Amino acid sequence: MTPERPKVAVVTFLGSLDDHDALWALGALDAEAQLVWHAETELPQGTSAVVLPGGFSYGDYLRGGAIARFAPIMDAVIEFAKAGGLVLGICNGFQILCEAGLLPGVLIRNASLSFVCRDVLLSVERTDTSFTSRCEPGQKLRVPIKHGYGNFTGSEELLAELEQKRQVIFRYEGDNPNGSLNAIAGVINETGNVMGLMPHPEHAVDPLLGSPDGALILASLVDAARERRTALV
Amino acid sequence: MKATVLVRPKAGIKDPQGEAVRGSLAKSGFDIVSVRIGRVVDVEVETSDREKALAELERMSHDLLANPLIESYEIELLEEA
Repeated sequence: MTPERPKVAVVTFLGSLDDHDALWALGALDAEAQLVWHAETELPQGTSAVVLPGGFSYGDYLRGGAIARFAPIMDAVIEFAKAGGLVLGICNGFQILCEAGLLPGVLIRNASLSFVCRDVLLSVERTDTSFTSRCEPGQKLRVPIKHGYGNFTGSEELLAELEQKRQVIFRYEGDNPNGSLNAIAGVINETGNVMGLMPHPEHAVDPLLGSPDGALILASLVDAARERRTALV
Repeated sequence: MKATVLVRPKAGIKDPQGEAVRGSLAKSGFDIVSVRIGRVVDVEVETSDREKALAELERMSHDLLANPLIESYEIELLEEA
């Protein structure tokens, strides 16, 4: 029997760039991925997970993600997340989730002020999440980054709380490419159903593209989405 | 009514832009202690009711013009000519 393909909604904002890559990668990893336009007010029926892709929604005007956070579809995404639904934000999607208050902290301009576009090594801090279950403890993943606003910051209290509650899921290994506090590359919310990361797993699902490591992250999400779908039936 | 909203990075929050400008000014020979870069937003609202305008400006500043996690804002309502 073929395992069921869970429905994953990939939102296209005005200025999203990586929606099609995410769609392709999720499809290759046995999800039934579907693009959802930002002006929609509801997620497709039976959606088991939502991905907010990378890009430069609204030209990064004001702050990365600040305007996209008010797109009509975001009310449905926020409601879905608050009900425990799985939401993954990649790069600009991460910024949108922070602006929407679904994830802690904020992403500011890279310390170097330069746009960075290259592969980085990520250390996996936790494997007991819906987004990292296919990773090995302590595993290092090679995944590309490409951003100008990836510098994760917040108050000292917030940082201490994130560390204490183990909400940091990925850190840059070695060289910190953007000045993020505590080398944070990805964080999860307290309830473990919303995660954001700056690196692009959807660009690293095939050795032909330099690394297959991103597939571990997306396949973990597809597994978790499938489990939830089955639990609902 | 016209208003100006001043948005600034909060104390203690890194400001890479300000830091780069500080470095550049120092290299140009200025005695610089610090530079912090914010944003000026000029807004014109439909209402001519002062209280209503302030309430609207407060809400838009908090929800969109600034990110209160890292930025503070000041609303300056300009007197009608």
